Amino acid sequence: MEKFWVIFATSIFILLPFTCNSFSLETPTDRRVLVLLDDFAIKSSHSSYFNSLRSRGFDLDFKLADDPKVALQRYGQYLYDALILFCPSVERFGGSIDVAAIINFVDSGHDLIIAADVNASDLIREVATECGVDFDEDPSAMVIDHTGYAVSETEGDHTLIVSADFIKSDVILGSKKITAPVLFQGIGHSLNPVNSLVLKVLSASPSAYSANPKSKLSTPPLLTGSAIALVSVIQARNNARILISGSLSMFSNRFFRSGVQKSGSSTKHEKSGNEQFLTEISKWVFHERGHLKAVNVKHHKVGETDEPALYRINDELVYSVEIYEWSGESWEPYVADDVQVQFYMMSPYVLKTLSNDHKGLYSASFKVPDVYGVFQFKVEYQKLGYTSLSLAKQIPVRPYRHNEYERFMPTAYPYYGAAFSTMAGFFIFSFVHLYNK
Amino acid sequence: MAAPETSTAAVPSLYTNNALRNAFGGVLSFFILLLIGVMAFSIRLFSVIKYESVIHEFDPYFNYRVTQFLAKNGIYEFWNWFDDRTWYPLGRVIGGTVYPGLTLTAGTIWWLLNSLNIPLSVETVCVFTAPIFSALASWATFLLTKEVKGTGAGLTAAALLAMVPSYISRSVAGSYDNEAVAIFALIFTFYLYIKTLNTGSLFYATLNSIAYFYMVCSWGGYTFIINLIPMHVLLCIVTGRFSSRLYIAYAPLVVLGTLLAALVPVVGFNAVMTSEHFASFLVFIILHVVAFVYYIKGILSPKMFKVAVTLVVSVGLAVCCAVIAVLIALVASSPTKGWSGRSLSLLDPTYASKYIPIIASVSEHQPPTWPSYFMDINVLAFLVPAGIVACFSPLSDSSSFVVLYIATSVYFSGVMVRLMLVFAPAACITSGIALSQSFDVFTRSIKFQLPGISSNTEVDAAETSSATAEAQNDAVKTEKSEETSKNRPSKKSKKKEKEEKPSTKAKAEKRLIALPLDSSVISLLLLILLGAFYVVHCVWAAAEAYSAPSIVLTSHSHDGLHVFDDFREAYAWLRHNTDVDDKVASWWDYGYQTTAMANRTVIVDNNTWNNTHIATVGTAMSSPEKAAWEIFHSLDVKYVLVVFGGLVGYPSDDINKFLWMVRIGGGVFPHIKEPDYLRDGQYRIDSQATPTMLNCLMYKLSYYRFVETDGKGFDRVRQTEIGKKYFKLTHFEEVFTTHHWMVRIYKLKPPKNRIRGKTKKSKSKTSSASSRAKRSGMGKKNPWH
Repeated sequence: MEKFWVIFATSIFILLPFTCNSFSLETPTDRRVLVLLDDFAIKSSHSSYFNSLRSRGFDLDFKLADDPKVALQRYGQYLYDALILFCPSVERFGGSIDVAAIINFVDSGHDLIIAADVNASDLIREVATECGVDFDEDPSAMVIDHTGYAVSETEGDHTLIVSADFIKSDVILGSKKITAPVLFQGIGHSLNPVNSLVLKVLSASPSAYSANPKSKLSTPPLLTGSAIALVSVIQARNNARILISGSLSMFSNRFFRSGVQKSGSSTKHEKSGNEQFLTEISKWVFHERGHLKAVNVKHHKVGETDEPALYRINDELVYSVEIYEWSGESWEPYVADDVQVQFYMMSPYVLKTLSNDHKGLYSASFKVPDVYGVFQFKVEYQKLGYTSLSLAKQIPVRPYRHNEYERFMPTAYPYYGAAFSTMAGFFIFSFVHLYNK
Repeated sequence: MAAPETSTAAVPSLYTNNALRNAFGGVLSFFILLLIGVMAFSIRLFSVIKYESVIHEFDPYFNYRVTQFLAKNGIYEFWNWFDDRTWYPLGRVIGGTVYPGLTLTAGTIWWLLNSLNIPLSVETVCVFTAPIFSALASWATFLLTKEVKGTGAGLTAAALLAMVPSYISRSVAGSYDNEAVAIFALIFTFYLYIKTLNTGSLFYATLNSIAYFYMVCSWGGYTFIINLIPMHVLLCIVTGRFSSRLYIAYAPLVVLGTLLAALVPVVGFNAVMTSEHFASFLVFIILHVVAFVYYIKGILSPKMFKVAVTLVVSVGLAVCCAVIAVLIALVASSPTKGWSGRSLSLLDPTYASKYIPIIASVSEHQPPTWPSYFMDINVLAFLVPAGIVACFSPLSDSSSFVVLYIATSVYFSGVMVRLMLVFAPAACITSGIALSQSFDVFTRSIKFQLPGISSNTEVDAAETSSATAEAQNDAVKTEKSEETSKNRPSKKSKKKEKEEKPSTKAKAEKRLIALPLDSSVISLLLLILLGAFYVVHCVWAAAEAYSAPSIVLTSHSHDGLHVFDDFREAYAWLRHNTDVDDKVASWWDYGYQTTAMANRTVIVDNNTWNNTHIATVGTAMSSPEKAAWEIFHSLDVKYVLVVFGGLVGYPSDDINKFLWMVRIGGGVFPHIKEPDYLRDGQYRIDSQATPTMLNCLMYKLSYYRFVETDGKGFDRVRQTEIGKKYFKLTHFEEVFTTHHWMVRIYKLKPPKNRIRGKTKKSKSKTSSASSRAKRSGMGKKNPWH
């Protein structure tokens, strides 16, 4: 019963915009994944990547993108927890899937991996745009880097580039440092800087630009330098995660296995960083990492344990919440020193950092301000790579009751004296006046 | 009809011998009063019979909710009630901001009935509180008028008050508002004041303070009492009518009354600190000075007195000037000169419209139109001048009070239509006096000249005239008896005799006034006709004009009766389909109803105590969708409720109130400018309307999908086609629209789950088209197609 209540409470407290949330609160990691492919050759050419997913317990379901029987949901229930679109050239999905269906899939809390490529179809571009990523509008443009290309036997057109410009986040890329650079061949995309949900995970070097390698440059390219994002992730407001890459080949066995040497650099890595990079990032996308949950939101007066229905002004109270992180198999205590609670009524009256006991319990104690009204305990925790925690709990604060004021105030004693002496004086006066004849 | 009958009936009964006559008169007037009470109660039941037993309008819903709380939780919880469901997120301390008189009264009645094992619901008690108290009010009117001009006038006035439309409008069954009990308290307080003034009894003075306390508990209009009585005292002093009775009538009232008033949480220290109460203290001081002067005059020789006067006057003037200067400086240092906005708008009728749009926006704070006088007091308007004349012959302390009461209340009713309610009792009293005096004159003339009884004319005439001046006699008699029993100083009785002498003289003169028989018969008939006309009008007003509960509307058309129950439909939808803690934003008019009927938290309500908060909602309503969404989102609003009358022609909808939202919003947030919403100074919503108007939230929420009703978007209230017909809502979605589209409820869309990229795709149209098709498919079916 206790446990059920906790689950119920947290489901209310986590203010997700959509009530239909796919990750079960107990095990947020995805299980069933639908992979849509242009043709089944990709299944074998990218088998290392798929195997790594399978080895982690994912249930992959390969379908051709234009398979007429493919469907994301049946009877209103989603059949999959995540979707991988390895079909850059598809013009029309088969079955009931269209852009809106994919977007609804994401909006109901499911994860998505999109790999585009040169000549990516409008369909894939539109899905990406809906998620906040704009691919280069020139359909045949590729990311070219004449200084940061990968050294290979043939000179080539420098479209196979090397990048080691990762996002600095252990949550997204894992704690183990990716030493080898990543090979990339495909199209670049740009992000809207005001879009706070999109993160550039892998960006191109400052010397890169996006253009059609086969034609001469007549106008300066629109996308240049490190503004070009090669791989980006998006965490939607409902914590659905999306990975968008401009290259399908970077997931391939060939890229996984090949050695890499950056032009102008003497170090040659035996193996490119693609496997480590993409595996780690898929762990993040599929919620094996960086997923927080907050449970047991409690507050009570200092010295009491029961949660009151409302507080009085100037009460001392204790607020506590337990925050756990999903490790892939189990919930581990989340340890951080930057979780803050607000006591909020139109603006925060109290803003306090919660202290934690390294077992996941965060707590703070403070005094209710001398203002009555309907307050909220608010925890707005948004940290790079982690799912956002947004807890709000309404609590009214009342003024003093009529009998909670001081009855006799020392400063008022002159007035008491005046009142009583007047009464006595009046009594004596009346007595004297009436009987003094 | 009752009024003329009663007084004519009362007169013949006086023709037997003295004791029997008095007994008959007493019994008869008792039954007449009983009937008046029954009539006052039953004439107010039209609303229950025609509609249902339901609480009316806006404020009564709040009072009802408070009463429910009181009945459930007891008086201490009520006193300390912090209501977190209104004025979100500020909340409201109900106990300290509400006049508790009405609630406590109804709560006590409910408790009493329940402890007698009469299981009435709180709602029933609330519905019938007002009719009960109007019966009490007509009895209080009887007492007051009897003190002034005798039993006949008292009965007439009581009958008039029992059915005066102005009072009916605020006290029909279901109109559970402060005024319902406050008018009784007002009249009763005046009665006790007059009674004290006539008797000089400290007992009545104490009762007077308690009645005043009840009035303070009940209604903010108590300031009228605490200003009118000092004015009357001042008048008495100035006209040389100072007496110890005046002192007893006034001094305890100020001291005890102020102490008691300060006990009411909502008044508290205002009882001694605001300008509304200063007049009473000033007069209190003056009264003491005058009393002191009379005392000095009594113990000094005239010559010495003159010297003393010059001395005191010169010193006193200097002191007074100094005190007044300090007082003025103190008062002037506060921006509103220590007056509340409502009081100021009474003194300066243009004040509110200039500075406080929130007061000016309330329709009952507007000045009344001339027809509303005829509607609300009807023939009394013609009788009042006659009554004033009657009060002057002869002018006594009490009749001068009536004159003063009517003079001031006429002014106040001219400033605020709501205060017509204060004016109505005064009009009834003076009209009652006028009617009964003229009946007296006419019946006496007839009797004087009828051949059958002409033999004993002289005796009868003498008796009649003595009966007419019964009031004075009564007063004198009681006083005399008191004097004899208590052995008071003889000074007063001397004065009484003095007073009596002119009255006997008047009697002698009256005997000579005898109108011709035919003219008095005709006049009598005309007067009865006038009374009949009044009764017909009152019954009509009670049945047709003032019984609508305003939450249920009806209209008659060629195909029968239409009932519009949209408000309750909407509130029921909110109650059943939204979360308990959801916040509903609407214009403040609907706040009380939303909390009471839908039990949802509101942002602002009819207790307009926080101008900024209301201005925030006004600003949101006058802003474009996105800005409005941000404002509402910051207030945790989930639903927005608008009232729209364009489809059925319900004129008091939000579009017609919208300019007030702009004004109130613009008063606090200057980026909202009224001229932006007006085209060449005209408020319009057709194709000539300004873009600001056509894009504001209120327009969009009111007219969203309106064109689907008739294909043209013809607004029946504004009698025009709307300016912008086809538009989509980006930040709000329609969740409920009532049957006649009178209430429309919208939900704030949640923030976007994703942020879209910049690239515009031609294909994106298809997706939005599909979603639109889906929406229109899911949307509410249009009842008109």
